[in-house]
Amino acid sequence: MIRLVPRTENSAAWQLATPLLAVLATMVAGGTLFAIMGHDPFAAIRTIFWDPIFGAASGYSRPQLLVKAAPLILIASGLAIGFRAGIWNIGAEGQYIIGGVTGAAVALAAYPAEGMWIFPAMVLAGALGGWAWGMVPALLRNWFGASEILVSLMLVYVAQKVAAWMAFGPMKNPEGFGFPGSRNLQQYPAAANPELVAGTGAHWGVVAAAVAVLATWFLMSRHIRGFHIRAAGLAPRAARFAGVRPQTLVAFCLGLSGALAGMAGLFEAAGPAGQITDKFGTGYGFTAIIVAFLGRLHPVGILLAGLLLALTYIGGELAQLTLQLPAATVQVFQGMLLFFLLGFDLLTRFRIARRITA
Amino acid sequence: MADAVFRAEGIGKSYPGVRANDDVSFHVAPGEIHALLGENGAGKSTLVKMIYGLVQPDDGQMFLNGESHRPGDPRAARAAGVAMVFQHFSLFDAMTVAENIALGMENPPPRRALSARITKVSHDFGLPLDPARRVVTLSAGERQRVEIIRCLLQDPRLLIMDEPTSVLTPQEAELLFETLRKLADRGTAILYISHKLEEIRSHCDSATILRHGCVVDSCDPRAHSARELAAMMVGGEMRRIDRSGRRTGPVLLEVSGLSLPAPNAEGTALKSVNLTLRAGEILGIGGVAGNGQDELLAALSGEMRSQPGAITLEGRDLSAASPQARRVAGLLAAPEDRLGHAAVPDFSLTENTLLTAGRRKSLVRRGLIDRGAARAYAEEIIRVFDVRTPGPGTAARALSGGNLQKFVIGREVLQSPRVLVVNQPTWGVDAGAATAVRQSLLDLARQGAGIIVISQDLDELLELSDRFCALNEGRLSDPRPTENLGIDEIGLLLGGAHGMEVAQI
Repeated sequence: MIRLVPRTENSAAWQLATPLLAVLATMVAGGTLFAIMGHDPFAAIRTIFWDPIFGAASGYSRPQLLVKAAPLILIASGLAIGFRAGIWNIGAEGQYIIGGVTGAAVALAAYPAEGMWIFPAMVLAGALGGWAWGMVPALLRNWFGASEILVSLMLVYVAQKVAAWMAFGPMKNPEGFGFPGSRNLQQYPAAANPELVAGTGAHWGVVAAAVAVLATWFLMSRHIRGFHIRAAGLAPRAARFAGVRPQTLVAFCLGLSGALAGMAGLFEAAGPAGQITDKFGTGYGFTAIIVAFLGRLHPVGILLAGLLLALTYIGGELAQLTLQLPAATVQVFQGMLLFFLLGFDLLTRFRIARRITA
Repeated sequence: MADAVFRAEGIGKSYPGVRANDDVSFHVAPGEIHALLGENGAGKSTLVKMIYGLVQPDDGQMFLNGESHRPGDPRAARAAGVAMVFQHFSLFDAMTVAENIALGMENPPPRRALSARITKVSHDFGLPLDPARRVVTLSAGERQRVEIIRCLLQDPRLLIMDEPTSVLTPQEAELLFETLRKLADRGTAILYISHKLEEIRSHCDSATILRHGCVVDSCDPRAHSARELAAMMVGGEMRRIDRSGRRTGPVLLEVSGLSLPAPNAEGTALKSVNLTLRAGEILGIGGVAGNGQDELLAALSGEMRSQPGAITLEGRDLSAASPQARRVAGLLAAPEDRLGHAAVPDFSLTENTLLTAGRRKSLVRRGLIDRGAARAYAEEIIRVFDVRTPGPGTAARALSGGNLQKFVIGREVLQSPRVLVVNQPTWGVDAGAATAVRQSLLDLARQGAGIIVISQDLDELLELSDRFCALNEGRLSDPRPTENLGIDEIGLLLGGAHGMEVAQI
């Protein structure tokens, strides 16, 4: 008989090994799935994980890596801080959408003015929008004890409706021939978030993601606030004894992760997406949850996990084009990744023991 | 030897990195109350867990009534005639006494027959208990009776009791010993684990002393003084507590009319608590756990805020101050629960210094953690308080209870507080460490600090404190000087009959 025996201490080796194991298991399970569907599993895996960077078409897809990874890393950095404290913001997608809308609103209000202040003001407005959307579950939890998991998740759907309303109503491009969607900000130089270095895909969001990784690392390992966040997650009573007010922490974590998600939304709206449409939210906010956990809630891990998940986006698209794999491939892969990660995570807290039963 | 109820021969048990028991041999005769003595970590728990089938020995043999005893699980041990009362109760609050007892039985008889048996056993052994009462309404002593009666219904040949008196008032403890004596007179062997040496001296027939997993001695505890027993346990002469050289000064801490609602369903409301604490003074607060001790500590540490004017330190109103502001002002606290309250189990000792000492020891400046300073402070605590650990990078959870307690107390004491509040400073701590902790509190008082010791250990309170008061259902009695205060009088104060009257003056 096989039993699970709790470990006296969490295994550090397994902490590092489980994300790698999860990636491997995803490849095996995904490959099996493709084989059943009648595709060559090795070709499919290579198309998804290898070709985007080293394949024939990598000239197009390589810059996409940073474009996709930046919002994931930016959002996951904020989420990980809350997750460390046991505060579960599941609604980053909503904060991302609202950040895009509020940031774009500044640009559209200023149009067609030119000025150096416009883009920074948009970033600020995006962060504020995301922050405000994150503060709703924070305040509801602090005042009424409402679950921030449910409230933040529900607000995603509200945010999607807000984006749709904006795209069809107040933000609709007056010169857009009746199509839903705002003006394209990429064609409005003062508000655009362009590629900074040609061929890299790096826009201001990539810079912000890099800063976020450094800043969250500094916060969590060098600053007393980060210390309190970690303490609150591990031992809430000890954190209160140290002087942490749970309400303050809830507001801080949800506000910060909301602000970062909102910023990511603005960079997307002013850059790769270019405009607010009813389909502005593409799931970065949900995928970022996987990034945060796959990265072990550690800034460096999040950086690597963000790049990996970005790869599944690009590789999945590539597999759609070249192998005619279904569009759901990406989501299946991302789902399997989280599934296997959580499954293997059991091994950091338990070890497998075999017992001969009498 | 041949007619011993229980015999262990050369029992050994290893855990990764630790030899918990090594070549342990002893026997318990019928009708004997046999004490198992030893510091924390000496291997007593491992030993009784093996007898009760919770863990299996690596080597050696055990015999029960002459037959080989090697239970694979507690059920087998119970079937063989071993019963055990644990330190922590496993009862369902919402159920009645009879229902709880039925739950623990293999084949429970009909409820009515069971109630009759419970009543009979409780009468026979002088343990008054109504089978129809809900457990939630019972005191700690009564809950223990449920556990004991549950064991007695099995008609055990060997009864193991793990620190049974730690939750009892002196009167309740006396009652327990009468029961155990009656049980022993009927031929049941009793294995008794305790830290309380006086109790063992007056009630046990023989004692086996364990140190570092080995049997170091066995003796008749009645023929030795508590000091001698302690010396056998720690393997050296006990340090004597030095109470000299203290002088009381001006009032430091004043608590007046402190009332707080219960923080949760299990909590206790504080009802108009008054106390004053002078420099150089140690105030002892006794009482059975769950009478407001945790809440009083939380109100003083700042985890719970109180109404204006309730708590003043050297004339400054701290009622609404945060825990950090109180620490800056000089009011420090060390809660009872070491793992999870006084320390974060998964944090290293270095990180755990930051929990309370950040400001007073300048380990945190402008929000930035000075890791070097934190590490140096952890090393200082380890050195001064003789904390046995590989180093400041060790996780708090990896330390034994006594060592972590020395660290937690050391972390507060070395911050030179004006007032230090400690709750159960030596709970579950071995004799050597307990002496060190108590001495450090006395030394701190000698330097002019005021100290409040909240404890359930009366010997400790009498040893340390200048004045004593009892906390009962959230009410604090008026303090009495501890000199010439008898243990009986204290028992009455704790029981509440007298304390309530005093508190309401």
